[in-house]
Amino acid sequence: MSKDNQVLEEFTSKEYEHGWTVNLEADSAPKGLNEDIVRFISAKKNEPEWLLEWRLKAYRHWTTMKEPRWPNVTYPAINYQDIIYYSAPKQKVQPKSLEDVDPELIKTFEKLGISLTEQKRLTGVAVDAVIDSVSVATTFKEKLGELGIIFCSFSEAVREHPELVKKYLGSVVPPNDNYFAALNSAVFSDGSFCYIPKGVKCPMELSTYFRINAANTGQFERTLIVAEEASYVSYLEGCTAPMRDENQLHAAVVELYAMKDAEIKYSTVQNWYPGDKNGKGGIYNFVTKRGLCAGDHSKISWTQVETGSAITWKYPSCILKGDYSSGEFYSVAVTNNFQQADTGTKMIHIGKNSKSRVVSKGISAGKSQNSYRGQVHILKRAENARNFSQCDSLLMGDQCGAHTFPYIDVENKSAHVEHEATTSKIGEDQIFYCLQRGIDEEAAVALIVNGYAKEVLKQLPMEFAVEAQKLLALTLEGSVG
Amino acid sequence: MSTITEKESFSQSLINSLQAQGYSNDSQARKVAFEELKKLGLPEAKSEEYKFTPITRILSKSFDAKELVTESIASEAKVEDRLLSEFPENVVVFSNGRYDESQSSLKAVKGLTILPLKQAINEKSEIIETHFKNFPRSKDPFGLLNAAGWQDGLFVHVEKNIAVSSPLVVINQHDTNEGKVSSHSRLLVLIEQSAEFSIIEKTNTNGTLPAFHSLNEEIKVQANASFKYYKIQNDPGELVQVSNTTIYQENSSRTDTYTFTLDGKLIRNNLSILIDGEGCESHFFGLYLTKGEALVDNHTVVDHMKPNSFSNELYKGLMDEKSKGVFNGKIYVRPHAQKTNAFQSNRNILLSDTATINTKPQLEIWADDVKCSHGCTTGQLDEEALFYLQSRGIPKSTAKAMLLYAFAGEVLEAITDEKLRDYIDGVVSERLHKNF
Repeated sequence: MSKDNQVLEEFTSKEYEHGWTVNLEADSAPKGLNEDIVRFISAKKNEPEWLLEWRLKAYRHWTTMKEPRWPNVTYPAINYQDIIYYSAPKQKVQPKSLEDVDPELIKTFEKLGISLTEQKRLTGVAVDAVIDSVSVATTFKEKLGELGIIFCSFSEAVREHPELVKKYLGSVVPPNDNYFAALNSAVFSDGSFCYIPKGVKCPMELSTYFRINAANTGQFERTLIVAEEASYVSYLEGCTAPMRDENQLHAAVVELYAMKDAEIKYSTVQNWYPGDKNGKGGIYNFVTKRGLCAGDHSKISWTQVETGSAITWKYPSCILKGDYSSGEFYSVAVTNNFQQADTGTKMIHIGKNSKSRVVSKGISAGKSQNSYRGQVHILKRAENARNFSQCDSLLMGDQCGAHTFPYIDVENKSAHVEHEATTSKIGEDQIFYCLQRGIDEEAAVALIVNGYAKEVLKQLPMEFAVEAQKLLALTLEGSVG
Repeated sequence: MSTITEKESFSQSLINSLQAQGYSNDSQARKVAFEELKKLGLPEAKSEEYKFTPITRILSKSFDAKELVTESIASEAKVEDRLLSEFPENVVVFSNGRYDESQSSLKAVKGLTILPLKQAINEKSEIIETHFKNFPRSKDPFGLLNAAGWQDGLFVHVEKNIAVSSPLVVINQHDTNEGKVSSHSRLLVLIEQSAEFSIIEKTNTNGTLPAFHSLNEEIKVQANASFKYYKIQNDPGELVQVSNTTIYQENSSRTDTYTFTLDGKLIRNNLSILIDGEGCESHFFGLYLTKGEALVDNHTVVDHMKPNSFSNELYKGLMDEKSKGVFNGKIYVRPHAQKTNAFQSNRNILLSDTATINTKPQLEIWADDVKCSHGCTTGQLDEEALFYLQSRGIPKSTAKAMLLYAFAGEVLEAITDEKLRDYIDGVVSERLHKNF
């Protein structure tokens, strides 16, 4: 009991703990966006001609697009010319091994609790660390290499495996997909690339850790995961940013490609800086995530715990193209103070006997607004498709809002689609029960919230689950009473 | 590209024709609505509220914009409907949009006033002014079109403590044998404190030429009053209909709304229930059976503005052949509307591979001490139940009709008036045994 108390004490007394900055010498592009900046980024990365052309095409398309305004969020207009689109921690030479990496950088990641030193095998997680715009280190590369798994930074993949990148880049999220995907396609600076060959089960969790450090920068990374036939990979993504008064833009693209019998599990614990108590500062998290179940019997599963960001706006989706393919989406989105979240998923059923499951748990506190927006679309040829969606909202306090916008479009009669949603607050009887047993109100709320979110949390890999539980309690601290 | 400009011009020429009609000079209210419509225009292909209902395109195919706002030729066709023999006491008929005195019959009831709207505006201007001047207006483009260009209508006033036992039957008849018909009618209903009233509203369409009907209904239900509203739409053929029904509820009032849509080319029902009082109860039910190429679109809104009220919604649909069903149910719970209980359920069965359903149950909640839920399902008939019935020697088609009838039964059972339940039950079961 005393240990539990200690843990509770620890996290209830904390505010945003990743709010520090480090003085890293950075190599940045000038502010603003035009074709020259796109060329500058491409040149910085020594990219081949085709990729530059690809970027420029995306940029030209982006200039013709309008920023979408349909989400249920409000924010002042973003000045796209006031953002630094490229910022990289300065490194004299390309690091060959960890010893060459700037010690300041290693310290940064140690502060975040992520070990980049491969000696610490205990953690058993291979990490690709991305700071500002650039991948700084990837661990366990050789060990993974033995199995034929490619796990490296995106720029490295462009250099070493151009044929793979060329084949799959933009195949799930085309560069003209939406406003922010187009922006990302034009200016993305780095990210992670992962390729699992046929029949290989990846023996460890792969992970990317994103951190925004420099001021006034936007972060635009791209993740591409390709799982060949009958392979399996579990992938984790974490993110933090320093506390700054201005809003920073994060517009990433994640593409998952699953072949026949392959399975990809993608988990995110998103902990960007949410802004202070008065809604000042924080990250705008406008991300496009989509998975394609291309082969029969393939499976893609998204799990997300959203606690940070001033504004979250993302819909990790599955295109269920293969017959018997399945998609899953588990989400906990917590908003407090002035945070706004408009998140959910799209399940597009194309293949016969495809099935999907959506579990979304929203928690709003303070003056925040939390929306679930999802679509389940059963196309004409998707015989016997099956979907179950559940989205629950929990309201804490009388100044927040919870909203649900599910779109259910069915074009095949054999489809079986169910959607359920509830909105309520924590029962007074539940709180009373805990109080009666000597659990104070704050701890009782944490307990009940964790129970409420358990269905999603249990989908997370162990290390993340613990972190996520703490985060939940932390984000809601002070919202009761 | 050409189709887009065509559509814009349809909307534009509709507005121009409406202006040429000169209605908008009649009154301030018409003028305001006209100006708003001018700004808004008819719904475009991408408009969120008409996302799955390409109404402007469909209208532009069967009508010239001018025809939509021009008064149609008069018709003297007799209304033939069993409903009239079941409820002969209070009947009002509109023929091609005009109040048809010869076919209407009104029994004098103490405390109940039923007048053609134009007459009421002259004679009862004070009551209309007090209760409907600031009535929350529909922002729907067709609601605005109606508000600016309505041709005829009805005013109903039920005084305090008056319980009217027999329902008022309103028939909107369209006779397209002589030409296309377009009508815009309006209904104002005021039910005072502790009064009770019910309305059965039905559209009848004869002929095969296109018909368009816009209907605005503004209904105010004052404290402790009770109101029942039944809408029956069963028009084979070319009818495009948009109704905007707004019910405004005050303290401790109760409303029951039933919408039955059995046929029609394109039917759009916007039903808004504004609960601006405590202790209110609101139940609304819908049943839509579609076949052929029909499109039935039900948009409902229940807006909880005050604490301690209850709403419950159940809409069920059966889609066959190439038909399309659209359902959008919004529940709003405003800040401070604590202790609200709001429930919504939408269930659909698709009977053919070419039928579609687009449903969007939507919750928007700004108060914390509430219990709200929605559920929505789409599926097909239970194969096992079908097999069970067949194994007992019941032919497949009968077995199917039985199961579908049971599915619809949940809504039919909710009708409290026995005579009316029998009538609707008859229409529905005839339809299920014949067509499905």
